[in-house]
Amino acid sequence: MNDHTVKSFDEDITRLRGLIAEMGGLAELSIQEALDALISGDEKLAAGVVKRDKKIDALETEVDKLAVRIIALRAPMADDLREVIAALKIAGVVERIGDYSKNIAKRIKDIEGRNRFEPLTLLPAMGEIASDMVHDVLSAYASRDPVLAIEVIATDAKVDAFYNSIFRNVVSYMVENPATISTAAQILFIARNLERIGDHATNVAEMVHFAAVGTYPPDEDDS
Amino acid sequence: MVTVIHPNLDQTDAKMNASDVSVFYGDKMAIDNVSIEIPTKYVTAFIGPSGCGKSTFLRTLNRMNDTIPTARVEGTITLDGDDIYRSKMDVVQLRARVGMVFQKPNPFPKSIYDNIAYGPKIHGIAQGKEELDNIVEVSLKRAGLWEEVKDRLTDSGTALSGGQQQRLCIARAIAVDPEVILMDEPCSALDPIATAKIEELIAELSGRYAIVIVTHSMQQAARVSERTAFFHLGKMVEYGRTSDIFTNPVEQRTQDYITGRYG
Repeated sequence: MNDHTVKSFDEDITRLRGLIAEMGGLAELSIQEALDALISGDEKLAAGVVKRDKKIDALETEVDKLAVRIIALRAPMADDLREVIAALKIAGVVERIGDYSKNIAKRIKDIEGRNRFEPLTLLPAMGEIASDMVHDVLSAYASRDPVLAIEVIATDAKVDAFYNSIFRNVVSYMVENPATISTAAQILFIARNLERIGDHATNVAEMVHFAAVGTYPPDEDDS
Repeated sequence: MVTVIHPNLDQTDAKMNASDVSVFYGDKMAIDNVSIEIPTKYVTAFIGPSGCGKSTFLRTLNRMNDTIPTARVEGTITLDGDDIYRSKMDVVQLRARVGMVFQKPNPFPKSIYDNIAYGPKIHGIAQGKEELDNIVEVSLKRAGLWEEVKDRLTDSGTALSGGQQQRLCIARAIAVDPEVILMDEPCSALDPIATAKIEELIAELSGRYAIVIVTHSMQQAARVSERTAFFHLGKMVEYGRTSDIFTNPVEQRTQDYITGRYG
């Protein structure tokens, strides 16, 4: 892609992309650490995840301000316009992803008997897929790659399948072990949070596709 | 190389039709094989870098290039199906049907009234004073200038502000009841408020007249037109709905130009 005649326009766009990449990197790290803390019961690690969310929120505000400034001062057109609009929306979605990780981190102190609680062992695999989706969608954003974006969208089905399987598993565990219902309910919420992270990564992928080629990816249900 | 014409354009009545139009200034080719339909009910914008030929092409639509001795036009341009370059074409009549507004307001050094009344008089459109008065009033009203000048119609047209002068020129073009109005950067000498008034006027006139506007301001093209054609090095590179051209152009050169990466 050629540079803009006005160099500072390129600098603004580069900075916008940098902020999104930074937000995404933090959100990805938060998912992984929240899951590590979940398994190990490391409350300090969990507290770090909660604290990091503030940083992600601050970055979102920065993206908003910069995007508004670019629209007001540069009147971007065509792919520039799509890039800025996509950045605005992606920042909002990544902020939500950060919230879900924070939500998981906050539940960690409420998980009892983590070594004996079998459904817990299912979560890391699910979390890894969700985390990979976030990682891949940010790579797709960085390289403006619509093909990788579509792959991320396809991966969401795996996260959904995991969620359904965990849901059934935990519910039957609740039936068999009523004493663990409180912890089991927490696990359900965590699985739900991971499932939402997958959905949001899908939303980001759609915006990446839009920014790159100007159209939304074909709806899987339609094809 | 052919023009990329977006496939999603709705079928609409063409007021003018240019096919395979090339323009030469001496040996130099200024327009290379341009074909386009000018729809009746839409505002069409021509955009492109300086020297791309958009103004030259605009001028072929009412044979304004005839005044340049070295200029030569090939191809056909029709107005309602009639070839405007045929030998029996009455060029004065043509320019009444295809009016033009220029970059710099150019009112006659006459009264506001006479600026408007001149065209209808020489074309024999008005019978008598009363009808002429009516044409002047209607034209000034359509150009959004009536309220500002109705009490001083005998003042000189050149005494008006730049924006008012430009609206006076538009009123003058309207007065002979044209079918097409060509505008060659009509706002580039005006301040933002006067520009907004002209743009509002273009929106109001749209539908009644086929309007073609050449503009250097892409924001202006985006604001006032339904169709946009991008010209580059004498060729029409891309033509489509304005909203598509500005959000998702097909051609890389269009993209580079409208996003400020050209050159």
